[in-house]
Amino acid sequence: MKNISYWFSNIFNALSVGSIYILIAMGLVITFGLMKIINMAHGEFIMLGAYTTYVIQNIFEKYWKSFFDYYILVAIPVAFIVGFLIGVFIEKTIVKRLYERTLDSLLLTWGISLILQQLVRNIFGAPNVEVKTPQWMSKQINFTSHLFIPSRRLFILVVAISLLILMFILLNKTVIGLRIKAVLQNREIASALGINSEEIDSLSFGIGTGLAGVAGCCLTMLGPIGPSMGTNYIIDAFMIVILGGMGYLPGVIISSLIIGFLKTFFELNMSTTMAKVLIFIIIILILQFKPHGLYYRPERSAV
Amino acid sequence: MRKSNKMLVKMLSLLLVIVMVVSVLYGCKKSSSSSESEKEKSEETIKVGILHSLSGTMSISEVSLKDAELMAIEEINNNGGVLGKKLEPIVEDGASDWPTFAEKAKKLLQKDKVAVIFGCWTSASRKAVLPVVEENNGLLFYPVQYEGLESSPNIFYMGAAPNQQIVPAVKWLFDNGKKRFYLLGSDYVFPRTANKIIKAYLKYLGGVVVGEEYTPLGHTDYSSVINKIKAAKPDVAFNTLNGDSNVAFFKQLKDAGIDAKTLPVMSVSIAEEEIKGIGPEYLKGHLVAWNYFQSVDTPENKEFVEKYKKKYGEDRVTDDPIEAAYIGVYLWAKAVEKAGSTDVDKVREAAKGIEFNAPEGPVKIDGDNQHLYKTVRIGEILENGQIRELWKTNEPVKPDPYLKGYEWAKGLSEQ
Repeated sequence: MKNISYWFSNIFNALSVGSIYILIAMGLVITFGLMKIINMAHGEFIMLGAYTTYVIQNIFEKYWKSFFDYYILVAIPVAFIVGFLIGVFIEKTIVKRLYERTLDSLLLTWGISLILQQLVRNIFGAPNVEVKTPQWMSKQINFTSHLFIPSRRLFILVVAISLLILMFILLNKTVIGLRIKAVLQNREIASALGINSEEIDSLSFGIGTGLAGVAGCCLTMLGPIGPSMGTNYIIDAFMIVILGGMGYLPGVIISSLIIGFLKTFFELNMSTTMAKVLIFIIIILILQFKPHGLYYRPERSAV
Repeated sequence: MRKSNKMLVKMLSLLLVIVMVVSVLYGCKKSSSSSESEKEKSEETIKVGILHSLSGTMSISEVSLKDAELMAIEEINNNGGVLGKKLEPIVEDGASDWPTFAEKAKKLLQKDKVAVIFGCWTSASRKAVLPVVEENNGLLFYPVQYEGLESSPNIFYMGAAPNQQIVPAVKWLFDNGKKRFYLLGSDYVFPRTANKIIKAYLKYLGGVVVGEEYTPLGHTDYSSVINKIKAAKPDVAFNTLNGDSNVAFFKQLKDAGIDAKTLPVMSVSIAEEEIKGIGPEYLKGHLVAWNYFQSVDTPENKEFVEKYKKKYGEDRVTDDPIEAAYIGVYLWAKAVEKAGSTDVDKVREAAKGIEFNAPEGPVKIDGDNQHLYKTVRIGEILENGQIRELWKTNEPVKPDPYLKGYEWAKGLSEQ
C-alpha cells in the first residue's frame, strides 16, 4: 500500500505545508523577531491581504474579464502595498511608542487586531467571501495517474521561495537592508551615524506587514476568507518564529520545514488533535535544550 | 523626497482615521436608534429579545439569523402586531463568546423583561443560555439543527433533531449503495455526538465506518487528512466540520483531484450561505441534508425568498437556519395569540400542537419535547450555489431528540 506515489505525495504535502508556514511567518520574523513587537495583529494583516485579493478579483471580473486568469499576479504586489501602507500607518501612530515595552505591545496590537476585524466586518459583511482560483491554477500536474501535484500548492511554494530570495537580497545586498540591520542592532549608534531610525522602523514594520499581506493573498487559494481568518494562523506563525530563533530567516526555513514534515506524517498516523499536541511537546522539548531557538547567535543578530 | 513621503503618510493616516471614525459612528447610530424609541413605546409594545453573535467568528452565520428575525417581527407589526401590540425587538450581541451569551440573556430577561428571546447558534451558546432561561423562567427559540439529547421546558427547538437530519441522511446514502463511510468532523460536541449516532446506526444497517477523524475548530490544512481518506477508500464521506474548516477542506479536496463522482461528501452544516463563502465550484455535486433549501417549491417560500432579497439585497440567500429563525418568530406569535398573554407558562401550554405553513412546508410544535415536526430533504449542490432536491420525506417527521423510537439507539443517550 505504501508505494512510491504515496510517499511522493506526502513528501510534497509536507513541503507545501512548510512553504505555507514560511509565508505566514516571514513577516513576523521582522516585526516580532527583529523589532521585538509581539504583533498580535499579524493575522489581521494576512486577512487584509486576502481581502485585497478579493477586491482585485472583483475588479478584474468586472472590467478586465479577459485577463481574469492573471489577476493573482496583480493581487500579490497590491496585497503587499496595502499591508505595507496600513502597517506604516499603524507604526507611525501606535507601535512606535512601544519599542522596549514588549508586553504593552502585546495588548495594544491585540486591540488593533480586534479593530481591524470589526472594520472589515463592517465594510465587507460578516460572512466569508469567495475568491475564484484562476483556471490554470486549479489543475494538477500529472506524473502518472496516481502521482500528481496540485498546481496551486506548487505556485505557493514558488512564491514562498521567491519571497525568501527577495528578502535575502533586500537585507543583505542593499543599502536599505544595511540600515535596517544597523538600526535594529544598535539604535543609538546608527542614528549617531546619520540614519533616520524612525523612518527605518516604519519601513521595517511595513515590510513585515506587507509580507503578511502577500501570505494572505496566497492563502485565499487554500483556506477560508473571512474577517477572523487571521486567528487561524497567528499561533503557528509565532511558534515558527520562536522555534526558528527570533529574527533569523534560515531559522524560519528550517523550523517551517520541520513542523511541516512533523505535522504531515503525524497526522497520517494519528488524529489531527493528537498530532498538534505532539508537535507542541516536541517544540517545548527543543526549547528546553535550545532556549533561543534553533538558530541563535549570541550577539543581537539580524538575518 | 522625504517630505513628500511624510505628507503621503500623513494623508493616508488621516484617511484611515476618518474611515475608522465613520464606521464606528455608523455602528453606534444603528444601535442607538432602537434605544431612543424605547422610552416612548414601552407602554404599548411587547419587548422581544434577539441574541446572536454580531461580532467574532460566529457572526459569519448568525448575522443573517438576526436579519430574518427582524424581518418576521416587522411583518407581524405591519399586520397589526400581537394581541394588538407592536413587537419591539431588542438586539444584543453575544460576540461569539459563551459567557457573554449567558450575561446578555440575563440582561434581556431581568432588565428589559423581554417576553421571549430568539437566538444562539452553537450548542455551546445554547448550553450557556439554558440555565439562565430556566432560572428566570424565560423562553428561548433556538433556530439551528443540533445534536439532540436535550429538551428544556424553556427552550423551543426550531431546527432539526438528529432523527430529522442525520439519521435519514445515513439511511438515504445506505439505500443508494454507499456502505463504506468515512466520518470527518470538527472536534466538539456536535460532530462527536452525531458520529456516535451514525456509527450505531450503520452497525445496525450493516455498513462499515472505514475511518473517523476530528480536527480542531479553525483547522485549515487538510492535505494529510485527505490522503488518509484516499487510502481508506470510502464510498462516501460524512462531513460534520463546522465553520471555516469547510472552506479549506473542500478547496483542498478538489486540489487532490477528488470530485463528487469519485467521492461524494454528505454535509450537515453547509447551507446556501456557506456555499457562497466556500465557492460553489468546489462543492458541485456534493450532498447536503436539511429541512429547507432556498429552492423549495412552495408558495410560502417563494414569498419568503422574495421578501428577504428585497429587504437585504439581491445577492443574499436564504437557508435552513435562516428559515428556522424566521418561523420561530411566527410560531411564538401564534402561541401568544392563542394564550392571550405573553406569560411564559401560558405560552408554553398554548404552543403545544400549533401548526404553521412555513416556507419549508407545514410544521408543528411537538407538545412533549418542544421540537418541530419537519420535512427532511436531501439535496445536491449545483454550480450556481443553489441546492437541488433529490429526495424528501412524504410528510413532516416527528422530532425525537433522544432517539427513543429507534431500537439501535438504545444506550446512546446515557453517558
